[in-house]
Amino acid sequence: MEHRFELGWIDYAILFIYFSFVIFVGWMLRRHMKDATAFLEAGRSMPAWVAGIAFISTSLGALDVMGMIGCGAKYGMMTFHFYWIGAIPAMVFLGIFMMPFYYGSKARSVPEYLSLRFDEKTRALNAVLFSVMTILVSGISMYAIAILTEELLGWSFYVALFLSAGVVLVYTYLGGLSSAIHNEVLQFFIVVAGLLPLVYLSMKDIGGWTGLKTNLGPVVASLPATHYAPDTWSTTWRYTATAAQNPMGIEWYGILLGLGFVLSFGYWCTDFLVIQRAMAANSIAAARNTPLIAAIPKMFTPFLVLPGVIAVWLMHSPAKGFSIADHGVNNYDLTIIMLMKHYLPPGLLGLGLTALLASFMSGMAGNISAFNTVWTYDIYEAYIRRPTGDRALDQSHYLRVARLTTIFAVAASIGAAGIALQFKNITDFMQAIFSMVNAPLFAVIFLGMFWKKATGHGAFAGLFSGLTAAILHHGLTRPSGSLSLFKGGWLHVVHTYPVELSQNFWCAIISCSTSAAVTILVSLATCHRKHKAELVGLVYSLTPRATSVDAAWYEQPTVLAVIVSATVIVLSIVFW
Amino acid sequence: MIDIRYPIGLFFSIIGCLLFAYGISTMHNPGLYEKSLGVDVNIWAGLLIFLFGLVMLALSKGVREKQ
Repeated sequence: MEHRFELGWIDYAILFIYFSFVIFVGWMLRRHMKDATAFLEAGRSMPAWVAGIAFISTSLGALDVMGMIGCGAKYGMMTFHFYWIGAIPAMVFLGIFMMPFYYGSKARSVPEYLSLRFDEKTRALNAVLFSVMTILVSGISMYAIAILTEELLGWSFYVALFLSAGVVLVYTYLGGLSSAIHNEVLQFFIVVAGLLPLVYLSMKDIGGWTGLKTNLGPVVASLPATHYAPDTWSTTWRYTATAAQNPMGIEWYGILLGLGFVLSFGYWCTDFLVIQRAMAANSIAAARNTPLIAAIPKMFTPFLVLPGVIAVWLMHSPAKGFSIADHGVNNYDLTIIMLMKHYLPPGLLGLGLTALLASFMSGMAGNISAFNTVWTYDIYEAYIRRPTGDRALDQSHYLRVARLTTIFAVAASIGAAGIALQFKNITDFMQAIFSMVNAPLFAVIFLGMFWKKATGHGAFAGLFSGLTAAILHHGLTRPSGSLSLFKGGWLHVVHTYPVELSQNFWCAIISCSTSAAVTILVSLATCHRKHKAELVGLVYSLTPRATSVDAAWYEQPTVLAVIVSATVIVLSIVFW
Repeated sequence: MIDIRYPIGLFFSIIGCLLFAYGISTMHNPGLYEKSLGVDVNIWAGLLIFLFGLVMLALSKGVREKQ
């Protein structure tokens, strides 16, 4: 295939140094892993900035990086919505309002919070769903990267699969969650260093910001079968009055409600993969600051999408000889790969490739460390072997279990990658399922934290019905032009959405509201099993407000929140 | 627990050095930099990455001395 990279010795050297370093970090941490708390919760010892960078690094996985650059080409600067409206408000909300309960409750995981606030059945349902999803997602990203390295480097599928899985296994086995978090910080900087040269070169090529606007206009206006305004690709909110005016096929209220509220709050405020980073912080103040510090680099990630936007111009300038076609069809996932091939000389090309591999491994290690914690605490400790009361004995027992779980999780991910190889379309399906699990969970946790009358039966019924509603919605609708049953419509097609994205948005909105409505109704009909005193620290109205600690102004969550919000509003207006 | 700035600093100063040296040694090979619009980006990126690595190392060392 013409996608093949030609790597020089310098590129392999960079790749090799990177692999050595991640293992070196795990090795440095191995002697700190004395008990299960250190291994699974990082001993609650991370400074806020480390936890904060790890917090956004988990959402910079290889699939996310490939996806976001591809979205840049597909939707233009409307992709920025995924960051500004689709992440910042939820991260601010998490830091200000929700983190005190997650961290302050002494729960070690999101399912454990559910058990403290509601009951065991709610916890068990969430823990099982979360474990299965995590393994599948980590397996699918392994599959994706193995396919990618096979195409790009000519390595065999299995060499790439076992090499990367082996490296992840070594460093998570040695250092547990601390190792995953520390490597995520390293990986974050590598991803930025690998992508920035691409931003610089593509912006220089198109002639800077003014060049971008003048060069993209004619390209966008000439797109076949659409009537987009020339500046559609270089604006964010301007063409969202009707769905037909923009390539996302969605109106402003769909963006606000679907992306800005349900999907983003469902992900950032309830997904244990990210929450776990904040829970590993060394104090409640650091835990609250974690998502707020993370929001600062997150606000500027959209600018890493710019090469994707510029790719549209390259594709339509025959003289540039740039194409993302794969067997005659545009494959947007290839955008970043082809951009690297187009612009980066040997040396920086190796760094770019290292960035992709780093982001892939960080996503996988994140999933594995989150799975470890949920499996060990919320399934094994809760239902298989209860603590004996002898703390030292328990801690060393659970540490051994957690270590074995790491090996099991990596092996199971390889198995899941094998399934993905058999059924290639499963990737789309799984990503849809993942948001189906998160959206109802957000409704339940939100009601649990801010409405003291929510009961265990209500929460369980809410989770269950929200999931059912999401699955039904998927079975009854499909994106226009899709024939694959993995994309929906496997029961009966009652509605067709213009694009996949709007199907996802509405799926989240429907499952979240179903879950909220059922939780409220069932809670009102059932009585409380928990005593008021048991809910202190878990519910907003029953918990005394934290008195302001004497921290420097830049360490105050509210100050950070105001700065972050104001900057995002200014950025949104500038790039309106 | 370890100070992650130390390995980060080490990694980026090594990579920065490597890219910079490679950039210098291939300076007179214009064919190599046709892709990157004629700019020897390895030199510049290498330099910036090296400086970033040094800053990280300095920060981590400062912390260790204080303790």
